[in-house]
Amino acid sequence: MIAAPKSFEVVPKRDASGDAIGELLEVSFGPHHPSTHGVFRMDITLDGEKVVKLKPVFGYLHRNHEKIGENISYLASMPYTDRLDYFCSMTNNWAYALTIEKLAGLAVPERAEYIRVIMAELTRLQNHTSLIGFFVHDMGALGTPLMYAFREREKILDLFEEISGARMMCNYMRFGGVRVDVNDDWIARTKTLVANYGRFLDEFETLLNENEILLARTQGVSPLTKAQAINASITGPMLRAAGVNYDLRKVDKYGFYSRFDFKVPVGETGDLYDRYMIRVLEMRESIKILNQALAGIPAGPIMDSKAKLRGFRPKPGEVYGRVEGPKGELGFYIISDGGPNPYRYRVRPPSFINLTILEDMCLGHKVADVIVILGSVDIVLGEVDR
Amino acid sequence: MLGEQIIKGMAVTAKNFFGSYVSKERLTTVEYPEVRLEPKENTRQFPFLVFDGDDAEKGLRCVACQICEKECPPQCIYIVKSKDKKPDYKGQMQVYPVTFDIDISVCMSCSICVEVCPFESIKMDTEFELSTDDRFDGLLWGKKKLAKPNSHYHKVHAQDAKDSDAVLAAEKAKAEAKAKAAAEAKVKAEAEAKVKAEAEAKAKAAVAAAPAPTPPPATPPAN
Repeated sequence: MIAAPKSFEVVPKRDASGDAIGELLEVSFGPHHPSTHGVFRMDITLDGEKVVKLKPVFGYLHRNHEKIGENISYLASMPYTDRLDYFCSMTNNWAYALTIEKLAGLAVPERAEYIRVIMAELTRLQNHTSLIGFFVHDMGALGTPLMYAFREREKILDLFEEISGARMMCNYMRFGGVRVDVNDDWIARTKTLVANYGRFLDEFETLLNENEILLARTQGVSPLTKAQAINASITGPMLRAAGVNYDLRKVDKYGFYSRFDFKVPVGETGDLYDRYMIRVLEMRESIKILNQALAGIPAGPIMDSKAKLRGFRPKPGEVYGRVEGPKGELGFYIISDGGPNPYRYRVRPPSFINLTILEDMCLGHKVADVIVILGSVDIVLGEVDR
Repeated sequence: MLGEQIIKGMAVTAKNFFGSYVSKERLTTVEYPEVRLEPKENTRQFPFLVFDGDDAEKGLRCVACQICEKECPPQCIYIVKSKDKKPDYKGQMQVYPVTFDIDISVCMSCSICVEVCPFESIKMDTEFELSTDDRFDGLLWGKKKLAKPNSHYHKVHAQDAKDSDAVLAAEKAKAEAKAKAAAEAKVKAEAEAKVKAEAEAKAKAAVAAAPAPTPPPATPPAN
């Protein structure tokens, strides 16, 4: 028999001399709480409404992703990567494909690289849009902005479905290219979508940017300093909101990102408002990249001629590949022993590592802010627990 | 003024609310059970086995090579090879699956089986309303339930089915040409051997008339 976790516990609060001066309340928050973005639990100790201690507890969605990856072929791990961060399956696919291409020495044709950039930026658009929807939903804007966000996300998912056959579990990229070619009709429709997306963002920003309630709830809440962010090895929009200019698209220049003209938005204080604003600005930059990529996509093959589907055995070696996912640095670490399946398969999940600093961000804030802070980290439990 | 931006935001929600009555851009959903969207060309749900002709047993393209069984990420395919053989679409004798089970409740619709299949025999269906009250065999599909005619494939993925037919036709033509060339070579070789044997027999008969000349070996029928 496993003892059920205590849902709450009253702890006496003492002053320096040990006399009781009040009570602390220990609350088990989650794992079935709707605002924890999945099966995530926090053990929070509260002094009144203030957080004095917070312990994140994860593992409720653990499904052995890495061990399974070591026991099935390289190709068969590809659909499993969709299920890591199920909002951004395209970038997950890209990170894994990039790693194996590095290992096996495959070159990706130009057209395939362009398609990958387009897919990754569309993924970034839909991830950030829905994230902002969830973020304001956590603050109490129940429904309306989330519905607008999901409406726009649907349109992008329609485009994904048409090409890859599935809305979320795309399983689209292959070692040395992509699975299905895009046609001119699809490109034309994507162009229309990207052209209209700016309008939607204008509307979204009018709705939210200067909303007094949003300002009151976010400005100055849970600031994150540069040093804290770097020490906790946070990546992605969270790190840039804290003022560190670090974007793998600029640092690694993987894919063809060096060919596109875009800026990396950087925040100042790292508070909740900066984290919100960084995502809005990143979407604007994604639209810029998409416009350039859609205009410049060349004709040609979509698969490396050396790539093979059946009986793929890369030479022995070890490799780490990473991409800038919408949530941060998504990396895959693979050791090959020359067999049909990897000897070691490890994922560096951005949302898991961004979560490690949750206690520092939440201490001293009200319990209602904890929900918003957790929302601003942008976690997906499929990736946190793997 | 405090609250000014909230009022501006209200204007946006009002625009969206009234806009949803007139603009398709602002109302993208359909009322599902009554209205259904057409499945997209690349839509993939669950696999089925393609057979040619009318007889599912005879025309099944699968040759039980078990590549899909090995590559399937959640390991939901189970195949038992046959001991005997039957002719495939090229007329070659091939083994066939005695059992071919797919556990639909385990399948994750990744379509890797379709990609790795070298015989164009497993394809993705677009059917998705599969709920059943049978907890045990309802979602464990055997060969009978999985086998669907090529015409069904043409119905669900028109372009892919055309491409797949073209691949098969090319392979068949190649195989036939090869068989024809092989048969011609065989006939030629046999004819030469016959001529040679006859000549030898004649020479032998001329040298020593006493032992009767051995008859030329019976030629097997050429395909």
